[in-house]
Amino acid sequence: MAVIAAAIWFLAHNTLENMRVRGIQSGFGFLAQPAGFDIGESAFAFDSGEPYWKAFLVGLSNTLRAALVGIVLTTILGTLIGIGRLSRNFLVRGLCTGYVELFRNIPVLIQLLMWYTVLNGDWLPPASEALHPLPGIFLSKSGMSFPVPEWEQGHGVSLAGFAIGIVVAWLYRRWARSAFEKTGVARPMVWPALLIACAGALLGWLAGGAPTALEMPVRNDLNVSGGGAVTPEFLAVTLGLTIYTASFVAEIVRSGIQSVSWGQTEAAGALGLSRAQALKLVLLPQALRVIIPPLTNQYLNLTKNSSLAVAVGYPDLVSISNTTLNQTGRAVECITILMAVYLTLSLVTAALMNWYNARSAIRER
Amino acid sequence: MDTALRPPVIARPPPTRHVGLLARLRKSLFADWKNALATVIVVALLVRWVPEFYNWAVVRSVTQPDNDACRALDHAGACWGVIAEKYRLILFGRYPFDEQWRPLVATLLMVAMLVASCTRVLWSRWLIAAWIAVLAIFFVLMRGGVAGLAPVETARWGGVPLTMLLSTLSIAAGFPIAVLVALGRRSHLPAIRSMCIVYVELIRGVPLISVLFMASFMFPLFMPPGISVDVLVRVLVGITLFSAAYLAEVVRGGLQAIPKGQHEAAAAMGLSYWQTQRKIILPQALRMVVPSIMNSFISTFKDTSLVTIVSLYDLTGSLALALGGDANWRQFYLEGYLFIAAIYWGFCFAMSRYSQWVERRLNVANAH
Repeated sequence: MAVIAAAIWFLAHNTLENMRVRGIQSGFGFLAQPAGFDIGESAFAFDSGEPYWKAFLVGLSNTLRAALVGIVLTTILGTLIGIGRLSRNFLVRGLCTGYVELFRNIPVLIQLLMWYTVLNGDWLPPASEALHPLPGIFLSKSGMSFPVPEWEQGHGVSLAGFAIGIVVAWLYRRWARSAFEKTGVARPMVWPALLIACAGALLGWLAGGAPTALEMPVRNDLNVSGGGAVTPEFLAVTLGLTIYTASFVAEIVRSGIQSVSWGQTEAAGALGLSRAQALKLVLLPQALRVIIPPLTNQYLNLTKNSSLAVAVGYPDLVSISNTTLNQTGRAVECITILMAVYLTLSLVTAALMNWYNARSAIRER
Repeated sequence: MDTALRPPVIARPPPTRHVGLLARLRKSLFADWKNALATVIVVALLVRWVPEFYNWAVVRSVTQPDNDACRALDHAGACWGVIAEKYRLILFGRYPFDEQWRPLVATLLMVAMLVASCTRVLWSRWLIAAWIAVLAIFFVLMRGGVAGLAPVETARWGGVPLTMLLSTLSIAAGFPIAVLVALGRRSHLPAIRSMCIVYVELIRGVPLISVLFMASFMFPLFMPPGISVDVLVRVLVGITLFSAAYLAEVVRGGLQAIPKGQHEAAAAMGLSYWQTQRKIILPQALRMVVPSIMNSFISTFKDTSLVTIVSLYDLTGSLALALGGDANWRQFYLEGYLFIAAIYWGFCFAMSRYSQWVERRLNVANAH
């Protein structure tokens, strides 16, 4: 104990001494000063005159944006490949195994750099000659453009309808469950609920005048304008992270499915459950208990790996704090902010995870 | 007489042929419409992309270090010439050109040592002695300054030897730390336990790159004035502490799986705490988590590629060094990345295969 206290005091003393000698100022006061640099892409407006703390916010929003898109895509891709690895079809199985073995054994940094080389090098045409693989989608050196719906009143009404639909669906599920517990009549829970929610959205959309206008991107002599657009940096980061992490998610899904013993399937059959019922009531709950904890770990890994975006110039949190560090020389403060943000994200996720684990753990007598 | 009233059982259709290659193929590929659809999609994808890739990588490629020929290709084929031209810079970084036999010998020694460590008949105390000897030779060869070898400062080390050095040393140094921290997390002394928890959760909660930033920007501030530590050592310490935290969790998983009876039996025999851990608990616990330990090693090996971002020229960094400064070859980055990706892939794939082999052996041993 005393040794560690002494070590901490020694390090702190050295740090303060060094800062004094080198004339480094300390404190977080610099956050209020104007940043003086522009940020390539941002979820909200930012210019170089605005303070550092806002730059950090932009960085955080970019990190979260890449991480969220990555998490959604990697879950879909990883689940498909994980199931594919158990397919009876040896072509599908071989392809999925090859995918996993190929991508999980190459460092993610190199994958990111490779995608960036392809997306931003000489491999794609300039914006004026953008590729046009699908109607409304343009792909070029300066990123990808895609159509987005033009915002109208009707969309708001549609959203409101969707919200009401969700409430009604929830009420239906509650009613169906209590009816099941009272009378034993099993009603389908998932599809009607989904249907009700979607019907709410559809009704809202119709009531709002059924807006269908899409803002299409247009290619002209200089560039592609209009519609939604993502930069090659964002594309490289999300593609790289998705493809790398999906290989791990696939393994998790596969081992989760394999962890449920065949006897469970047979027992469900012996009880007279249909294939869908067995899947829903017996197999999935057991598989998910094995899958979800490591899956959350992978989500965290993906979020932490999004810090590698700095290598391809995507303005994420690390990139912003690196720039700030170089401009102000406040190494301790910048790295502290960086670590604190990631640590908060991790701890919040871990807390949610523990809560879930406690809820889904096998109740042992 | 009851049986006479039953309706006659209709004969089932004869079973379809299920032996022979064709029948097996049909069963595997066209068992039902979903399966058939999957087959058609996969075959379509393969037919569309495999010949294209083959043409790019082999048929239309240029393997001579001929810049004009590569440029004339305009990316219609791979320019492997860039590897032929730059491979020494990529593999050995900024190490003096005439002395590059030294990192080559050092790396080969290290690889031989790794292979030897994976061979069961050689597992003995001598292996540790051999490792120490090989590491010493590695440093002497790389650093020079003795036996007539010209000195080479660490700033010029790079490429594969640096990747090997970083991963081997951080694994070797990280492992004992991990075991101590894992034991500490299960300690009955609250101070030690909470410190170990804070260490593990803190490191696991942040990305490696922030630890590397800390090692390269903040570490100098921690040292007493006048003392400066080589950046290679600082980064090595960073990676070691990082991988030790992950490894500690793996080891802890093994410790938790040891039944309480083992502790009690050891205590009943009068073994002290350290004797119990060393002779009873750790051998069983570590054996149980060998596959996870190997996975941890693989990810540490892959993670060493991140030192590029704090300006060390490991394999990834030396590629940027080799191509970034040369306008003639800069456009052939992708081929360069594929080259080093193949090197990383080879190492990682070998390690994961080895770990699967160990796992199978352990399962066989446990089954007895």
